[in-house]
Amino acid sequence: MSTAPLLEVTDLVVEVDNGKRILPVLDGVTFSVDAGRTLGLVGESGCGKSMTALAIMGLLPQGFRVKSGDIKLDGKSLLSMGPDALRKLRGSVMSMVFQEPMTSLNPVFTVGDQIGEALRLHEHLNAADARTRAIEMLRAVQIPAPEERVDNYPHQLSGGMRQRVMIAMALACRPRLLICDEPTTALDVTVQAQIFSLLETLQKEMGTSIILITHDLGAVAEMADDVAVLYAGKRAEAGPVATILDNPSHPYTRGLMSCTPRLRLGSAALTPGHTLAEVRGMVPPLGQFEAGCRFSPRCPMADAHCHAAPPPDVHLGASQTVLCWKVTQEQAA
Amino acid sequence: MSSLLQVEDLKVHFPAGRNKDGSPRVVHAVDGISFELEQGKTFGIVGESGSGKSTAALGIMRLAPITSGKVSLGRDVISELEGEKLRQTRMRFQMVFQDPFSSLNPRKRAGDAIREPLDLMSYIDPRLRHEVVEESLVAVGLHPSAARLFPHQFSGGQRQRLCIARALATQPELLVCDEPVSALDVAIQAQVINLLLRLQDEKKLSYVFISHDLAVVQHLCTDVGVMYLGQFAEKGSARQIFSNPRHPYTWSLMAAALKPDASQRGRERTALIKGEPPSPINPPKGCRFAARCPFAQERCRQEAPALREVESGHSVACHFAESLEAPLPELRAA
Repeated sequence: MSTAPLLEVTDLVVEVDNGKRILPVLDGVTFSVDAGRTLGLVGESGCGKSMTALAIMGLLPQGFRVKSGDIKLDGKSLLSMGPDALRKLRGSVMSMVFQEPMTSLNPVFTVGDQIGEALRLHEHLNAADARTRAIEMLRAVQIPAPEERVDNYPHQLSGGMRQRVMIAMALACRPRLLICDEPTTALDVTVQAQIFSLLETLQKEMGTSIILITHDLGAVAEMADDVAVLYAGKRAEAGPVATILDNPSHPYTRGLMSCTPRLRLGSAALTPGHTLAEVRGMVPPLGQFEAGCRFSPRCPMADAHCHAAPPPDVHLGASQTVLCWKVTQEQAA
Repeated sequence: MSSLLQVEDLKVHFPAGRNKDGSPRVVHAVDGISFELEQGKTFGIVGESGSGKSTAALGIMRLAPITSGKVSLGRDVISELEGEKLRQTRMRFQMVFQDPFSSLNPRKRAGDAIREPLDLMSYIDPRLRHEVVEESLVAVGLHPSAARLFPHQFSGGQRQRLCIARALATQPELLVCDEPVSALDVAIQAQVINLLLRLQDEKKLSYVFISHDLAVVQHLCTDVGVMYLGQFAEKGSARQIFSNPRHPYTWSLMAAALKPDASQRGRERTALIKGEPPSPINPPKGCRFAARCPFAQERCRQEAPALREVESGHSVACHFAESLEAPLPELRAA
């Protein structure tokens, strides 16, 4: 596609002041999302996926701040906007579906009120029109009997229905960018599949761009057009989904792929499965990142060079970027 | 070979107030499940939330009141034990819970948490108990010095290791694991799965493994029961279930879990079932799955199918188990 991307995140650096020290959270994260496309943002907990999302939405928690870099939506920098201008965008032009459908709905308002809130604020609808639109949205996310459900409180709905309500809320004003933070992690596989088809259908209808935050590479394979893998606040690898999944070049991406158990059906189920590979160790806590490559303590390929100096971004082909010394060395050889 | 664990027609029902006409409302959380587990093997229970998997685990553990049925561990009928005898027998069957964040007491040091079951069972000399604590920590891949730390000083994966160490301290024969890896990141999940497999190999442990993740179940389990609304829809060896699934509910779970490769994207997604399970308060009189089953016929709504054997060791609760053909090529027998 030759059109300018809808969202451009460039060299984003986010840090947190914990009262004693200033710690890096995101360190030079770069990616873009084209209109109508889906980007999968992958990594373990603590790698900065959700912080990236919150930085885009302008919802970073207290103590966190963007130190440098830029976030542009439709060519306009979000970072230079004041709080009022951002508030006008949130819920209308860009919106977010949070991970926990149980805790991110307000228990004392009906789902109709909560879906209608954004419509009343941004599109100045009156209560009756907002309610009608809320019912339409509930129907769009395939909740049965939407005319009755609109007056339900969150506790009267199941987990899957609550997540649908969250999606209905986020999509009520037809946003151009939808950020879904682990939208199906808390849900059953059957419901997961339903939510994914729903997102795809709505994306086709509305042309929304989606950022899908997940640690599930299966979900990425299913949903995303492009992938960015984050590790310890850095972008480890990025590129089109087919390239990354068929030819993962960063040892972390490879590790994540090989430690996911795969369902083997039919004749494959008759052969014994392979031992599950492990990525040993865990994501280092904030402020305890290695001086060299941040993945080097867990990397099976790391050598002295990797521990000593941070690796550069290497371009593989037209669209794949990898942050790894080994790939650099292979290219040089 | 005789089995280590025998579960016969286990039912766990809960009262849920009264209907408008005054008749009692009952949640049929677990409504008659049976299975056997040989030593060193793993029986996996899969199903959606609300299918009764966790309640089945609690019933087996005697942590939820059993309405009827029999649970035996070796020669002991644990469903009939009471009081001190039950307490002492508990050292032989232990449990690992889903959420490693809420299943450890935040005010207890890791070592004390692992030691507590030993103190309660009182069969090991108190002077030797710290050695058992250290052994358990080492067995799950933690350093013995971790005994002095508090739960908040551990990561999620380490906490789950602690929970496993605590369950192992009494040297049980059976571990009942309720979604032990669901709350963990993929990389950490792989570590804990491999740990469970290694411990099973070293200690000849038997597991009842509860999960909604079919790929994890296939990786860990030798036998599988697919649970729907308190009953098994299908049951057999893992090979049988995954190579030749026969129940439409098993098909729908598998179809939902099948992640297409990037190369297959764009093809029509085959959502076999819609909606969510009906309430276990008034389960339908016919087949419990009929309301969501794409193949349901009149007979299914009238007559509940029995769980019957379709090949040796492989049982299916479907009137049409032999005649239905799976709607996806991946699901058909090899």
